Amino acid sequence: MTFTIQIENGTEVRNAEADSQRTLYPYVTGTSVVAIKYKDGILMASDMGGSYGSTLRYKNVERMKAIGKHSLLGASGEISDFQEILRYLDELTLNDNMWDDGNSLGPKEVHNYLTRVMYNRRNKFNPLWNTLVLGGVKNGEKYLGMVSMIGVSFEDNHVATGFGNHLARPILRDEWREDLSFEEGVKLLEKCMRVLLYRDRSAINKLQIAKMTEEGVTVSEPYSLKTFWEFKAFTNPTVGAEGSWLYDN
Amino acid sequence: MFRNQYDTDVTTWSPTGRLFQVEYAMEAVKQGSAAIGLRSRSHVVLACVNKAQSELSSHQRKIFKVDDHIGVAIAGLTADGRVLSRYMRSESINHSFTYESPLSVGRLVVRLADKAQVCTQRSWKRPYGVGLLVGGLDESGAHLYYNCPSGNYFEYQAFAIGSRSQAAKTYLERRYESFQESSREDLIKDAIMAIRETLQGETLKSSLCTVSVLGLEEPFHFLDQESIQKVIDTFEKVPEEEEDAGEGEAEPEAAPVAAGTGEQGGSGDQDVAPMEM
Repeated sequence: MTFTIQIENGTEVRNAEADSQRTLYPYVTGTSVVAIKYKDGILMASDMGGSYGSTLRYKNVERMKAIGKHSLLGASGEISDFQEILRYLDELTLNDNMWDDGNSLGPKEVHNYLTRVMYNRRNKFNPLWNTLVLGGVKNGEKYLGMVSMIGVSFEDNHVATGFGNHLARPILRDEWREDLSFEEGVKLLEKCMRVLLYRDRSAINKLQIAKMTEEGVTVSEPYSLKTFWEFKAFTNPTVGAEGSWLYDN
Repeated sequence: MFRNQYDTDVTTWSPTGRLFQVEYAMEAVKQGSAAIGLRSRSHVVLACVNKAQSELSSHQRKIFKVDDHIGVAIAGLTADGRVLSRYMRSESINHSFTYESPLSVGRLVVRLADKAQVCTQRSWKRPYGVGLLVGGLDESGAHLYYNCPSGNYFEYQAFAIGSRSQAAKTYLERRYESFQESSREDLIKDAIMAIRETLQGETLKSSLCTVSVLGLEEPFHFLDQESIQKVIDTFEKVPEEEEDAGEGEAEPEAAPVAAGTGEQGGSGDQDVAPMEM
């Protein structure tokens, strides 16, 4: 059985021979990405880990990249698929620049383009195994959206992927405000990343924070968070747990 | 121009470096009824003369909506024009679907021009016999382009194509410097007055012209007969005195039924009821 997959602007056609070239499971994966809108634009954070199953094999993986002048893309999931997506976007932004006509692709256009790509791949049972976070600022308007590997896409004031949805979003729902300053935004993101660091086994303590404003994108140098492991609950995790004999009286 | 031995094929050059078939295609544009386009900073107006084959038939549609933010007026072989309008609509909607954002006019006209160029370089094709005035709005402002059968395109502040368009162009050349800052109403008025120039003597009535507008916060749409007539009434004198009689009323093509003395435009008296609008 042959599949013909047309990639975007029709310059490439790939033939997939039955199962040998379909994505079945991810191999090298990145964990959560967390992003918020703040006063001047978008802040996005992710760690630099690439897990090979349960092994934390790669510790210098950049999972956030600038796209064109106005957008920032962060990804969790299969790293090689993320690199493939970057290649598509490279072609897209290149063609956009070649027009040289004063128009440029904004974050909304990139987000919708990615949604189409992800959804079409899902329909062919050959998904790009990623959850993508797309943020950007254009003409003063802030944009933050997400696309999953099955093509589900939406926009919001704060988004997260993977474990971030369960651990970071509740914090953001309580503490996010429209007019966060840069410092407040970073503190909020660090709070989320710290929780993820404690509780997500595929997180590593080496993260980057990216800032996206009207002026452009900056991705910070990698740094690590201070952690505290002497919480009583950490030293004696089973105290007071259901079925345990230990009690804290 | 006269027949010569280099004009049979579009793929044959003349010794002086001309492609006669392409030039003949541009002649077809000159034979079509007039179409006019003007733009200001925020609006684009497209207007055309309604020409009908005979008194019995309705007039041909020459202005098409491509998208909420783009419209096109054609002159020449209207069948070719319809096909190209369909292409433009298709490109526009595909772009909107993929990027959820309106296609910028400049990129659309380049695709159109490239499509026309292909027909000037294939021996089994012929050039499109239609000129297109593409007007639209995108993030870099309001634009008006003219696409010709040769595959060239040009951007204009105002332009007219088709038969007797020179008269309209002369009028527009006198006034174009004010268009950029014109209000919407003035722009429409100028368009209708330019149409009047191409009629050269015929009384201007709202049934004779089609006018469309698009602008910021205003998606492409046609003006109804009443609105057009209102604008005409502001500058056209009372119909009984034929001010611009000059050339004489006799028109070679389908002339309005009534005898020379003017009839009240507007209510009731339409001899040829247009099918659309």
